[in-house]
Amino acid sequence: MSLNNKPSRQLNRRKFLGDSVKSALGIAAGLAVPGVLSGCGTKEIENFFQKHFLELSPAELKSLLARLERENLKKYGKSTVVSAKPAMPGVLFGYGLDLSRCIGCRRCVHACVKENNQSRDPAIQWIRVLEFSKEKGIDFAEANPYYCAPGSGAGAADSSNKLPAAPPPQLTGEQKQILADPVSQYPLYKEKETEGPGCKVPRPEHFYVPISCQQCENPPCVKVCPVKATWKEPDGIVVIDYNWCIGCRYCMAACPYGARHFNWAEPKLPSEDVNPDMHYLGNRPRYRGVVEKCTYCIQRTRNGRYPACVEICPVGARKFGNLLDPNSEIRYILEHKRVLILKNDLATRPKFFYFYGL
Amino acid sequence: MPIVNFLKACISIWLKGNKYYWAWVAFLGVLIVSGIAAYFGQIMHGLIVTSMRDQVSWGFYIGNFTFLVGVAAAAVMLVIPAYIYHWEPIKEVVLLGEMLAISALVMCMLFVTVDIGRPDRMLHLFPIFGKPNFPVSLLSWDVLVLSLYFVLNLVIVSYLLYTGFTGRHYNAKILIPLVLISIPSAISIHTVTAFLYNGIVARPFWNASILAPRFLASAFCSGPAILIILFQILRKVAGLRIKDEALAKISELMAYAMFINLFLFGAEMFKEYYSHTEHLIYTKVLLFGVGGTKVHLFTWPALAASVTAFILFLVPKTRKNFYTMNLGCLLIWFGVYTEKGMGLVIPGLTPDTLGEIYVYAPSLTEYRVAAGIFSIGFLIFTLLVKIAMPIMKMKETNPAGIRLVKPHL
Repeated sequence: MSLNNKPSRQLNRRKFLGDSVKSALGIAAGLAVPGVLSGCGTKEIENFFQKHFLELSPAELKSLLARLERENLKKYGKSTVVSAKPAMPGVLFGYGLDLSRCIGCRRCVHACVKENNQSRDPAIQWIRVLEFSKEKGIDFAEANPYYCAPGSGAGAADSSNKLPAAPPPQLTGEQKQILADPVSQYPLYKEKETEGPGCKVPRPEHFYVPISCQQCENPPCVKVCPVKATWKEPDGIVVIDYNWCIGCRYCMAACPYGARHFNWAEPKLPSEDVNPDMHYLGNRPRYRGVVEKCTYCIQRTRNGRYPACVEICPVGARKFGNLLDPNSEIRYILEHKRVLILKNDLATRPKFFYFYGL
Repeated sequence: MPIVNFLKACISIWLKGNKYYWAWVAFLGVLIVSGIAAYFGQIMHGLIVTSMRDQVSWGFYIGNFTFLVGVAAAAVMLVIPAYIYHWEPIKEVVLLGEMLAISALVMCMLFVTVDIGRPDRMLHLFPIFGKPNFPVSLLSWDVLVLSLYFVLNLVIVSYLLYTGFTGRHYNAKILIPLVLISIPSAISIHTVTAFLYNGIVARPFWNASILAPRFLASAFCSGPAILIILFQILRKVAGLRIKDEALAKISELMAYAMFINLFLFGAEMFKEYYSHTEHLIYTKVLLFGVGGTKVHLFTWPALAASVTAFILFLVPKTRKNFYTMNLGCLLIWFGVYTEKGMGLVIPGLTPDTLGEIYVYAPSLTEYRVAAGIFSIGFLIFTLLVKIAMPIMKMKETNPAGIRLVKPHL
């Protein structure tokens, strides 16, 4: 009955009564939340009184990270390292994506899911690859996010080994009573997904545009957040504190790139899939009811590694580097290639540059 | 202790009523229980039990919130004409308007509460406990102005009821400034709520500077619509002295407001269709549906209702006829509720920023929670009106033994 991050916690009477006693304690502590919401254990009380991330003292931060590690151990039976490594001075991260190389295989999508501990069910994917026809160009009204992409290796022709997009919104039984057969509203999805094992990318006469957080210099999502739960770090990465976000989803309305995703249900992450190398502002497991997004793999890039999507890309379409370093690859691209940014007219100033390398 | 006596008297007033009163309260009670049960399910499973998803991340809850902010604002704005035209029972207009505003604001706050993913972190919105992103985020502005407006109305209503109860004349030096502050506050809550949408560049349907004026114009229709009906009921059952001319005057003002509302809507349609950019798709969702969206099925009846109400209120004969006047009020409610609710939220978010169309329709949970919240609001309003009735009553009868005075503003 609490809003914490335990999976499928069942309500039973004893639990309910125990929680009620604790919640009475919580109310005595002056909490202005309805009793029903404050199924408070000590952990929840600690959570409740946690300060804003940017105001924590070094000692408080240390104990917070230790607490999160303990929680992870308890929940996943796996020891994890939750770091809060700050931005390196003199670094401003930038990303390049070569549209002339991308083949739309979605390997980046799934490498990202693995690296960043995304919920497997409901499936949350930070990268969305859109398929456009060359005839029409980048026209979002014509984009197909649900095209079929085959998997790799021996089973490439096997439909069970596909690398799918997150499915279109699935509704539960109750909702289906009202919205008869929601999936049928996705003609594109049905058509492409039933194409079977023969699906191939790139499809002739089509091109692919993977879209994730554009790490705007002028991020509309940060501007609208009513509680400062999201901000731009000194190295340019827009981050979210999952322990501070109230889940109002104003940032999702404000993001022009569909980069923000909400945990509509308890995120499901099997223990064996947990990536133990975590960052507080990045890939640590999320809670139900909060928003999440791409962080340029903050847990990797602040340690001098490439984001997972850059590493996995089989065609080298993804580039990453320090915009302040005149000798970086990303600077070379900006200075020598034909570069475009999405929705230029909104003046969000993305640090995610699409370019034509060929 | 006069306050204790006042509270005791309130309870005894609430416990007295005829069978219609009890049937009404029981009806609301059932809906409230059903809504709480549905919300409990939502707490257990998360917002997955709604039909909202990443593609359409706001829905029925926020639509209702937006509509009710309008009701809360307009109820008090009616004080302006009441003052200018010297309607006799201005105190009653103030009192009823502010009580309606309180009830609407409670509903607004509840709709926001049920919409957010982490209601346990609500306090992050407030200073000291949290870290409001003020003045940058319009939502933090909304929290501020809605809270101030709520407190202001609560103070005015409590003060009027309490002085009425104790038989003292209220102090005009306290009351009038408060009422005068509440009028611009009413305008500000609705403007800020409009700006909340207006400021989002990612959603061209909302990013139109005509939005705030349209919000105010439509609010000036929907708020008085409920008060007109209420005045008639109270005139009948409680002997409230409000003249037919005052009601006709309100109707006339509503006709002007509706004209402005329709004109602004027309201006928006002209701009969208004549410029015919890729942003036209959102207007097409509103008017004709795109890729299976259904909101247009309500748009046309709502538009027809608004136009009909405009004509009914424009023609003096129908404006002064109680049947057509009340019909007009109901039509306005339907028209504005659709326009400011789903007709605003859904086309704003469909298709999403990457062109995907997700057909949103509220789930059963959303309907039940919304019905519960409306019932809580109606119950609060009913209880407030019941306390106010003996004070407003012009003939000297009162069930709770309250001494009455008839102060004039």
